[in-house]
Amino acid sequence: MSLVFNMVMPAMLALIALWGMARRVDVYDAVVQGASGGLGVLARIVPPLIALLTAVAMLRASGFLELCAQWAAPLLLRFGIPPETAPLLLVRPISGSAALGVGADIIATYGPDSTIGRTAAVMMGSTETTFYTIAVYFGAADIKKTRYAIPAALCADCVGFFSAALATRLFFPA
Amino acid sequence: MAMSALWVGMICVSLLCALVTGRADAVAAAAVTGAAEAVELCLSMAGMLCLWMGVMEVMRRSGLSEGLARLLRPLLRRLFPAFAGDEEVMAAVSANLSANLLGLGNAATPLGLEASRLMARRTPGVASDGLCMFVVCNTASIQLLPTTVASLRSAAGCATPFDILPATWLASVLSILAGVTAAKALSLVWRT
Repeated sequence: MSLVFNMVMPAMLALIALWGMARRVDVYDAVVQGASGGLGVLARIVPPLIALLTAVAMLRASGFLELCAQWAAPLLLRFGIPPETAPLLLVRPISGSAALGVGADIIATYGPDSTIGRTAAVMMGSTETTFYTIAVYFGAADIKKTRYAIPAALCADCVGFFSAALATRLFFPA
Repeated sequence: MAMSALWVGMICVSLLCALVTGRADAVAAAAVTGAAEAVELCLSMAGMLCLWMGVMEVMRRSGLSEGLARLLRPLLRRLFPAFAGDEEVMAAVSANLSANLLGLGNAATPLGLEASRLMARRTPGVASDGLCMFVVCNTASIQLLPTTVASLRSAAGCATPFDILPATWLASVLSILAGVTAAKALSLVWRT
């Protein structure tokens, strides 16, 4: 099984490169151009991460994140969600960079291959910055009455968090 | 302003909590090292993130996005019955969602804003059922390759950062199904 996952990345690289060649794309040039665009993405995420990781590191050192986990444990454990991911659940719908900071802290603290670290990663990969997206999209369309968009989107987030924990247990039984 | 409140809140809560738990030394140390850790994290993510941005550029130039948009059309006509006949809206919606699937965030957002502007023309100021459904689809993550998270895991020393793919896909599918179901159900009862 782990061989399959190990091959995902090189196989994807080969497949996409061959497909690009077949479509007469200058593959090498595209990769280099895209990678230089990646530097722009990095330049945009470094400043917020400096601010947010400082705050998250302070919260972690103060013991507040463990307290959060303890408070949330009775509720989260009922849904099979590791309580250590509670801070991520709180910030994920609000801010993408805060979620990146909190997620990075959880993955570094508990390890990328731990159940907690994996659950956090799956949560980040299967949910979006809900409130930000709603604000931007409805703002662009000049919508005042958002009707049921927010409750429906939050419903998707809750199910996303729950399923992330479920799927992690399913694919990586401890 | 919301981010300011969040950030100031985090700093103040950690100071208060440190006084209560007696971990002031640890918090002081974290305040000094946190910023450097952020830069180190970004540097160790940089290689993989840039590589995948390059791969995505190949996908974009090879027209994968347009092909995917065509494949999505029949499904999207069902999801947005009120706009099924509106070619302009369906083109923007399918282009936005296929860019999201491929993780082309820079391309997805302008297309999505265009789609929501076009949808809102019929009902100015009020989110129609179609627009609510569209926004819900965009607040659920449908990215096939979560490259940022994978880079984050690889930066933390993970040798197989993409081994979470099947779990991520399952969680994404369940999440978007819940969102779509909730939007459909609420559209029946939420009349105003």
